[in-house]
Amino acid sequence: MNLDFIVEKMELKCKCCWENLRREVSGGYVGDLLSDVIANSNSGDIWVTRQVHQNIVAVATLKEHAGIIIIQGAQPDKDTIEKAAKEGMPIMVSSLPAFEVVGKIYHLMHYT
Amino acid sequence: MKLAEIIDMLDAELIVGTPDQLQIDIKTAFGADLMSDVLCDARSGCLLITGLTTPQGVRIAYALDIAGIVFCRGKRPQPQSIEIARELGIPLLRTQYIMFETCGRLFGEGIIGCIREICAGDSFREI
Amino acid sequence: MKSESEFVGNVSIVGHGFEYAGRVSNEIKKILLEQGIPEGIVRRVAVVIFEVEVNIISYAETGFIRYQVLPDSIIIEAKDKGQGIADIELAQQEGYSTADDKIREMGFGAGMGLANIKKFSDVFEINSEVGKGTYVKSIINIDKKRS
Repeated sequence: MNLDFIVEKMELKCKCCWENLRREVSGGYVGDLLSDVIANSNSGDIWVTRQVHQNIVAVATLKEHAGIIIIQGAQPDKDTIEKAAKEGMPIMVSSLPAFEVVGKIYHLMHYT
Repeated sequence: MKLAEIIDMLDAELIVGTPDQLQIDIKTAFGADLMSDVLCDARSGCLLITGLTTPQGVRIAYALDIAGIVFCRGKRPQPQSIEIARELGIPLLRTQYIMFETCGRLFGEGIIGCIREICAGDSFREI
Repeated sequence: MKSESEFVGNVSIVGHGFEYAGRVSNEIKKILLEQGIPEGIVRRVAVVIFEVEVNIISYAETGFIRYQVLPDSIIIEAKDKGQGIADIELAQQEGYSTADDKIREMGFGAGMGLANIKKFSDVFEINSEVGKGTYVKSIINIDKKRS
């Protein structure tokens, strides 16, 4: 499944790197503790988090995530968007809480 | 969905909980690792899904009347957390699934987020 | 003369004892429930005290929390001796944080503390002096119709 399919179905707002939305998403990971995300997420994951700090871009790049979804109406810091644009890491935002975002993406992945 | 059914569906281990608590009907859930996030947006009666195993998670659950906690990613709660959960009567579950899988499965069974959407600049909301 | 429902409690907190965060909130919640204060109000008080407690433990040397139950409101005051806050406006913005990695890995320090306290209070006041300490006051109205 491509990232742009998720963005469209979930009505996510993309903050940067539209050119990379054709990326393949192979799984998902939710987490707010960076050390945990580094330890346990996989490449190709769409990462769902409430963190907005620029460190999330470093983590997502390191783990080769497909993109980052910031949840619950939180907005990424300015530094975060700049860094993401430089690294080509798409950042999307949603006003839904993690549980709903994940529930819907999981549904898209398993039943479409 | 009853807590007992959730245990089955998540292949979970019940760490703290009485037979009565297994009959609690769960309708809503909240997933987060940031405790300040839980304090802000979780609601009474929800099931908390988290990877944070410190006693603070249990204390927040009590503060907000959260129905129970599921520790995901195979995380085992700290001994002190277990002790406090017994004292405060908060059921604790542990599953090997990551939070993504845990939330996905529960959502598929009709459990919804305890809040649906955040509006920027929201002032006081009933908890 | 005070009416029966009025009472005051004081709790002192020592800084840097992160493992104890939330204990005061839990204890006060039990007391308020025993007093028959409506659950929804008690939850708001419990959240405010939790955040205040975490702030004292994270940033101060010592502090105390005083709560006062009046017939139509609950007043929570917290005063600490500690580093204080340089820019109060900035500190109240969601997402602003000076927390170190240790606090973040405990799941706090995401910059939501003061914003949370404000959100759950009907009246919120804060004063701080760098190098001396911080004073926070929160009033939560007991609206008998709503709760």
